[in-house]
Amino acid sequence: MAEYWFYREGYEEQAREHFKTLPDPAIKLEFSIGERDFVNAGNASSQIKMALKRLGVDSAILRRIAIAAYEAEINETAHARGGDITGNIYPEYVLIRFYDKGPGIDDIEQSMIPGFSTADDQVREMGFGAGLGLPNIKKNVDVLHIDSVTGGRTLVEIIVYFS
Amino acid sequence: MKLGEIVTALDAEVLTENLDLEKEISCAFASDLISDILMCTKEPTLLLSGLTNPQIIRLSDMIELFGIVFVRGKKPSADIIQMAIDRDLPLITTKYTMYKTSGILFNSGLPSCKI
Repeated sequence: MAEYWFYREGYEEQAREHFKTLPDPAIKLEFSIGERDFVNAGNASSQIKMALKRLGVDSAILRRIAIAAYEAEINETAHARGGDITGNIYPEYVLIRFYDKGPGIDDIEQSMIPGFSTADDQVREMGFGAGLGLPNIKKNVDVLHIDSVTGGRTLVEIIVYFS
Repeated sequence: MKLGEIVTALDAEVLTENLDLEKEISCAFASDLISDILMCTKEPTLLLSGLTNPQIIRLSDMIELFGIVFVRGKKPSADIIQMAIDRDLPLITTKYTMYKTSGILFNSGLPSCKI
C-alpha cells in the first residue's frame, strides 16, 4: 500500500481540516467511468466544470480544475478498469474523488516523474501516454492525495480552492 | 489573422458548416499529444493536430479553442464532426503536414500562443 500527499504552499492547514472533519458538500455530482471508453471520457470533468462555471468560479481557476480532473479521468479509463468520479462542491473549494477499479500503481513517486508512462499502443495512438498526466494534475491543484494498493484499487483526490 | 484567411492559406476544406470566416484568430499551437496541449494552452488557441478521435473535441470543454486544423489530410468521422458542431467549434482540414501548416501560418503573421 502506498500513499502520496501534495499540498501547495499555504493550503496544508485548511486541507487537513477538511480531511479531519469531512464536511458534507453543498453539491455532489456522481459519475461512473467505463474502461477504455474513449468516446465518453472527459464528460464527468466537463460536467463538473460547467457546474462550477454556473456558480461563478473564476475562469483561470476553472481551467486548472478542468485540466486536472480531465487528466485524472483519462487515467481512470486508460490505465484502470474504469471506476467512479465524485465532484464535491463546497462554498470555497471543490474536492474531486477518482476511485478506480484497479490494478493499482506500483510506484507512485515514479509515476510523478514527467515522461514516465506505462501506456500501451492503443492509448498512445489516442494522443495519451506522454507520461505527463500526474505531473499535470499536481501542477494545477492545491492538494493531491493518492492512495493505491498494488493489484487493488486507486483513490485519487484533488482539491482546488476558489481564491 | 482571420479564420477565412487561414482556410485560404492552407488550401483547407471546411468540415463544420456556417463557419464565421471573419473570426479573428490571435495565436496557434501544434501537437499530437493531449497532455502537451492541456499543459501549454493558457489563452484562446487555434489547435493544429493530426489526432481525430473524440478526445480532441472534448479538449475544447476544458480549454478555450478557436478551432482545430487537422493536418496531413486527416478527417474525423461524422459523429466527431457533430460533437464539434454541438460546441460551435470550427474544424478545417488541410493536406499539408504539421510542419508545413505551422510554417505557412507563422509566415502569414500568426504567432505562437504563450505556453
